Amino acid sequence: MAKKVALIQGNEACAQGALYAGCSFFAGYPITPSTEVAEVMSIELPKIGGKFIQMEDEIGAIAALIGAALTGAKALDSTSGPGMSLKQELLGYACIAEIPCVIVNVQRGGPSTGMPTGPSQSDMQQAMWGTHGDHAAIVLTPASCQEIYEETVRAFNLAEKYRMPVQIQLDEICAHMREKVEYAEPGELEVIDREAPSVPPEEYKPYDASKGLVPPLASFGSGYRYHVTGLNKAADGFPTTKAELVDAEERRQIDKIMLNQEDIQKNEEYLLDDAEVILFAYGSTSRSARYAVNELRKDGVKAGMFRPLTMWPFPEKRVAELADQAGAIVCPEMNLGQMVREVERVAKGNCTVAHIGRVDGEPINPGQIIDKVKEVL
Amino acid sequence: MAYDYEKSIRPGKLPHIWCPGCGHGIVMKGLIRAMDTCELDRDNTAVVSGIGCASRLPGYLDTCTLHTAHGRAAAFATGIKMAKPDMNVIVVGGDGDGTAIGGNHFIHACRRNIDMTYVIMNNSIYGMTGGQFSPCTPTGAKASTTVYGNPDPTFDISKLAIGAGATFVARGTAYHAVQIDKLIAEGIRHKGLAVIEILDDCPTTYGRRNKFRSVIDMMKRLKETAVPVTAAAKMTEEQLEGKVLTGVLYNTEKPEYTEQYAKLIKRAQGA
Repeated sequence: MAKKVALIQGNEACAQGALYAGCSFFAGYPITPSTEVAEVMSIELPKIGGKFIQMEDEIGAIAALIGAALTGAKALDSTSGPGMSLKQELLGYACIAEIPCVIVNVQRGGPSTGMPTGPSQSDMQQAMWGTHGDHAAIVLTPASCQEIYEETVRAFNLAEKYRMPVQIQLDEICAHMREKVEYAEPGELEVIDREAPSVPPEEYKPYDASKGLVPPLASFGSGYRYHVTGLNKAADGFPTTKAELVDAEERRQIDKIMLNQEDIQKNEEYLLDDAEVILFAYGSTSRSARYAVNELRKDGVKAGMFRPLTMWPFPEKRVAELADQAGAIVCPEMNLGQMVREVERVAKGNCTVAHIGRVDGEPINPGQIIDKVKEVL
Repeated sequence: MAYDYEKSIRPGKLPHIWCPGCGHGIVMKGLIRAMDTCELDRDNTAVVSGIGCASRLPGYLDTCTLHTAHGRAAAFATGIKMAKPDMNVIVVGGDGDGTAIGGNHFIHACRRNIDMTYVIMNNSIYGMTGGQFSPCTPTGAKASTTVYGNPDPTFDISKLAIGAGATFVARGTAYHAVQIDKLIAEGIRHKGLAVIEILDDCPTTYGRRNKFRSVIDMMKRLKETAVPVTAAAKMTEEQLEGKVLTGVLYNTEKPEYTEQYAKLIKRAQGA
């Protein structure tokens, strides 16, 4: 049987991916350029008995998201820059309380209200460091409608597997362009559900490190009565200020991601084997970068592209190897220098690192990239 | 025989953090009695709070408890209730948490008339941070940030709730302890958003700055200013000057949010 295909927007692909992953709850607040995610979810969720709620503001949306996720629901929220800034405190809450959920940030120009209909990639460092306190983050950067669909499924899987909020960083171009998307058949893509506790309720501890780096999470209403707080807490979920307990919990919550990077990392390597100049590109910018690589190759320049689909945790190991291999890494980004900072940090001066930044609401075009590469060489 | 509160309290979690003379413990006991009266299944009940002294209450209760971020309890609770409408959802917190930083979530929970019970302990002050003025601190009163007297007008929480669309609104006081569980129980049984405002005291950060020399003075204030709505009906405006009405202030029926959403699901499914 032929697969179901559709010509849809990136935002719609995100919603469809969420539904495939088993998302049954959406909370959000209207904001350009992310609103279509909410609109599709408001239509589709009730059809499968799921719930859509438009909250009174972006903070309320992520609060409702976390509440719903605690009852066992797979929950999605979508927003853009100003909304993401408002959500930062509760993003941290989901980190420390270890509540699985997925938040899509369709990046637009900023800071503040900025350029609501203009594309941007200027929330990339915010995605990692926006909420206060030490924490780990998982941030995905798909670049096509098909990839948005599939990466949204992966976002839910990572959220459920690692008990944490996962962010999908789109940009306005990816979110609003229309492409053919092939919907997966049931069972075709892996769908992961969070691990439920196997111990009897009286023995359950929601943060019991003896159960592994990711302790099982009981759903509210499933017979397990326990406490959830945003305070530093001990294994039983109750607040503590005991230095050794606070330290161990903080470290476990970061270790659970950093020690599982092989499972979490994902990237595309395009013509890297003999590459002397490597474009580090993601999201819609990577589409121009791919074109630039092809054009440069025609001119005899050994160019390639490294394209992270998992941006955070940052693919340090691979980028360090590439910095040893190549003469230069060029980072085109619709910002004035965000992920290039990570590339520079990891490259440790072993190759030239150059940046192409653009914040005028226009995409970075292949010609710009080609010019920069030729300048660097 | 003394009432057995301990069966509802998590083992090892007492003593509580509240200061001697604080009314929050009285409210917690009232809530426990109300939950018993309504025979709530503790496995299927969520008690949700924000941040502040009052918001520490859920940690003591042996049920599903969620201590959230400052002001956001009603929004977290809304997510729980929407995702799992058969769950009993109770929100607890203070006046600053609920009506300042959480004011937006409070009024919209009221507007939706979602079936939750919001117990708001109004002690007119931010206690946990050391006594800064809240939207419920009386005009002219002293707080650590209003040493020259509070210039702000105040919220009437119950009126705010009624205006925003809550369908059951009641007010009690920490002095009138035996009434608390009855008001909360009525709120729990009510279909829709029920707000139970309990006028409370904070001898530590409010009383000592405002000439209430002892806890008893503070309790006397609650006793003397409260007038039951039934009694108020027979009193003149002059007699009611400076008084606060207690009892069930508002009780009406309107469509409840999760039931409305269940109907929406049926429409979407073409039933």
